[in-house]
Amino acid sequence: MSAHSDAAASRPGRWQPAVTQDPLLRKHGAQGSGALGQPVSRIEGPLKVQGKARFAAEFPYEGLCYAALAFSTIPRGRITALDTAAAEAAPGVVLVMTHRNAPRMKAPSLMMSSPTAAGASDLPVMQTDEIHWNGQPIAVVLAETQEQADYAASLVTAGYAPLPAVTSFDEARKTPRQLDNILGQPPVVEIGDAEGALKGAAVQVDQIYRTPRHNHNAIELHAATVAWTGDELRVHDASQLLDLTAGQLADIFGLEADKVRVSSPYVGGGFGGKCLWDHQILACAAAKLAGRPVRIMLSREGVFRIVGGRTLTEQRVALGASADGRLDALIHTGIAAMTAHNSCPEQFTFPTRHLYAAKSVRLAQEVADMDMLANTFMRAPGESVGTFALECAIDELADKLGLDPIELRRRIEPEKDPTSGKPFSSRHLIDAYEKGAERFGWERRSKAPRQRRDGEWLIGMGCATATYPYHRFPGGAARIRLTAGGQVTVSTAVHDMGMGTATAQVQHIAARLGVPLDNVTFEYGDTTLPRGVIAGGSTQTASIGGAVIAATEVFVEELLKLAGNDSPLAGLSLADVETRDGGIGHRDDAARFESYESILRRAGRGELVCEAEAPPPAEMEAFSMHSYGAQFCEVRVSEITGEVRVSRFLGSFDAGRILNAKTATSQFKGGIIMGIGLALTEETNFDPRTGRIVNASLADYHVPVQMDVPAIEILYTDIPDPQAPMGARGIGEIGITGVGAAVANAVYNATGKRIRDLPITLDKLM
Amino acid sequence: MGNALMNFTINGQSVEVEADIRSSLLDLLRNSLGFTGTKKGCDQGACGACTVLVDGERINSCLALAVQYQGRSITTVEGLGSDGTLHPLQQAFVEHDGFQCGYCTPGQLCSAIGMAREIERNIPSVVTADLSADSVAVDETELRERMSGNLCRCGAYNGIVEAISETLGKMQEGARA
Repeated sequence: MSAHSDAAASRPGRWQPAVTQDPLLRKHGAQGSGALGQPVSRIEGPLKVQGKARFAAEFPYEGLCYAALAFSTIPRGRITALDTAAAEAAPGVVLVMTHRNAPRMKAPSLMMSSPTAAGASDLPVMQTDEIHWNGQPIAVVLAETQEQADYAASLVTAGYAPLPAVTSFDEARKTPRQLDNILGQPPVVEIGDAEGALKGAAVQVDQIYRTPRHNHNAIELHAATVAWTGDELRVHDASQLLDLTAGQLADIFGLEADKVRVSSPYVGGGFGGKCLWDHQILACAAAKLAGRPVRIMLSREGVFRIVGGRTLTEQRVALGASADGRLDALIHTGIAAMTAHNSCPEQFTFPTRHLYAAKSVRLAQEVADMDMLANTFMRAPGESVGTFALECAIDELADKLGLDPIELRRRIEPEKDPTSGKPFSSRHLIDAYEKGAERFGWERRSKAPRQRRDGEWLIGMGCATATYPYHRFPGGAARIRLTAGGQVTVSTAVHDMGMGTATAQVQHIAARLGVPLDNVTFEYGDTTLPRGVIAGGSTQTASIGGAVIAATEVFVEELLKLAGNDSPLAGLSLADVETRDGGIGHRDDAARFESYESILRRAGRGELVCEAEAPPPAEMEAFSMHSYGAQFCEVRVSEITGEVRVSRFLGSFDAGRILNAKTATSQFKGGIIMGIGLALTEETNFDPRTGRIVNASLADYHVPVQMDVPAIEILYTDIPDPQAPMGARGIGEIGITGVGAAVANAVYNATGKRIRDLPITLDKLM
Repeated sequence: MGNALMNFTINGQSVEVEADIRSSLLDLLRNSLGFTGTKKGCDQGACGACTVLVDGERINSCLALAVQYQGRSITTVEGLGSDGTLHPLQQAFVEHDGFQCGYCTPGQLCSAIGMAREIERNIPSVVTADLSADSVAVDETELRERMSGNLCRCGAYNGIVEAISETLGKMQEGARA
């Protein structure tokens, strides 16, 4: 028997976002409950280290066949000839699917265009002879083995009638486009006359910063194992948006939503890339055509060809300051490459909307359409590259003013959100800077560049601000199941791609319900569970929190009803009680308590199941909610070769309450390491003549390796955000923000050279 | 391009399997034999996720033709522990959080165990300062250099090095035994 909440009801004791705090923040003993914040090892750790965690391409099926793709070699035009005869005749081939024989499918809808839209692009998938990017799939080969499929796919040949294509950014930027909105925010923000104020300012910085395309390059290749049973579709995916994928696939294939089940218990890295791309759709279509289960695992080249990455940006940051270091003008404008078929504008002006006080502000961003693979969200979309430009410019300004860069930030620290005017829910950026500076030994940094040397190596230090917004997505639900034996299972269709979701939630649930960690199970990763939110934008933890709070309220009310008049809890309401010690007790009267097990036993119940949906995120409307951090970097730069080595790094974060010291520290470090790649080595190169990616491999796209990574120290304020569930803001993205600038600023301090064009490769320092 | 009957010793067990002679050792393990603990991350020797041990030496199984490894003793991640007990390095990876998503982890583990043996045999690396020393002086830089063939996109590198440092002695004792 399930109990459901009335989401609209407002009752005493209920968490009302923006009005009341999560009761966990004032719960007696929660701070030191032993569960929340402790460095608990990943609960799925033993499975992962034994190779027993089963990923998307590892589910066996009777009659399974393997897929391989052939890709277009032109960026735009029509297929005029497509010869599949040799492939069809090759050993082991089950079928070859092209636009000529593919099942008719609706095109995906762009992510955020509707509650079930998951498309990274809204182009139809293999439905016509039209080519929209260089690398678009033109054929799917199914065969009995992967070797047979790969070989046969190599035999597919195509002829094309090319159409003019925009494949160079220089060409595309001649016709920029202003979007109606940037992820719901205005594309232009103007306060006062910033250009005028800049001209009149005592000290000016006005620079152009460039960031290249990046690819997520999760080590797990994109994969899916799919099977049809009649009109029911089963998908084992590597996904960070399960429910959206199920809804979108149902829409594409004209199915009822409950006919599609998608699961993804383990995901081998996501970072924004493990969403819905052509490969899952093609695998489902081919499986339907063949009447057999299909496994598709993209090659690494295939990942580059059909899974988009972060786009390139060109940004102008102009700062006008008074001699005492106050900002008269703050300008951040620029352009990002995009395609006409996606919804990801790379919101690089977002950090500048919230970080610093200025008398006048101008923020504007445009896009330039290209005929290329759709770009998409990648770890800290916007903030990762936006903070590179902004935080380098701040450093340049500090240098011109003769101020320590931390002191400059102290002088431009705002009292309220500088563009929205909203109060901050919780902001301790300067605190993070001060603690980080002390620990890092910032006082040893020489003010002037080129002052420290160790043989051929010039040594420098730099810092930069990290920031990422708090978001809580609406629509997520959670179910709590309590057994007579005191075991608690909380279920919601969310994701753990290595963020530590399951571990942190077990700790959260143990603390919230007052039960031991060992009594808690967290079920996730399957669309048969109550609807979950996506794993994106550092939103999942808070979103789950909101749903669990709501479910807990229903749970407590149900238990109070079941307890009845013979309980020490008789007559008490939700507002009077708290969960503790495996049961419910009066908040101010230790004697009035009854355990969950006792309540169920007296009521003759074997279990209690409650489900509720999170209340809408009103806190985001009322407050400016962001996480902050101070990134500190030390580099060594060879004067002979220009080689840059990051020799020390420290990240000092203010991200609300930390739920698990071990996994959170890892996530911060992981973000910083991806930021070191962004700073020094990562760049997806498109051939501007053909629009084809020319470094589509891990040999040619350089992610940081073990030797590129120094000791990294992590500090955090651990100050709960009073407006956030559990007091926790997300931490998945913030680690990468500010890193590019911290490295670039350290390179300047070491060498006296400002590199404003990422990545900072050797040639730029020669 | 036919099939062939092949024989291996995998995790101490004799295995006979008929497979495409073009099969890499990696695909043979994953697709023909169900040893899905060994991972595919690039299929071209760039990421190290497919690392397994062959007679104690680490190799990228994606670059190895399976037919060439007949009669050899192959150890995958599934064969590292014994009787349901984690290998000390597996335990250390859990404790030091030497992974996040866990996908590169089997390769990291096999690679580290193979590396321990290389150090034990006094095989120098590019960062080894004294090539004439009787034994490699193991420090963090040595470990990082020697583990740089195993990519981790989640960025668990520091935890990985901590876990290896803690267990290196035990691994070498294991290799001598």
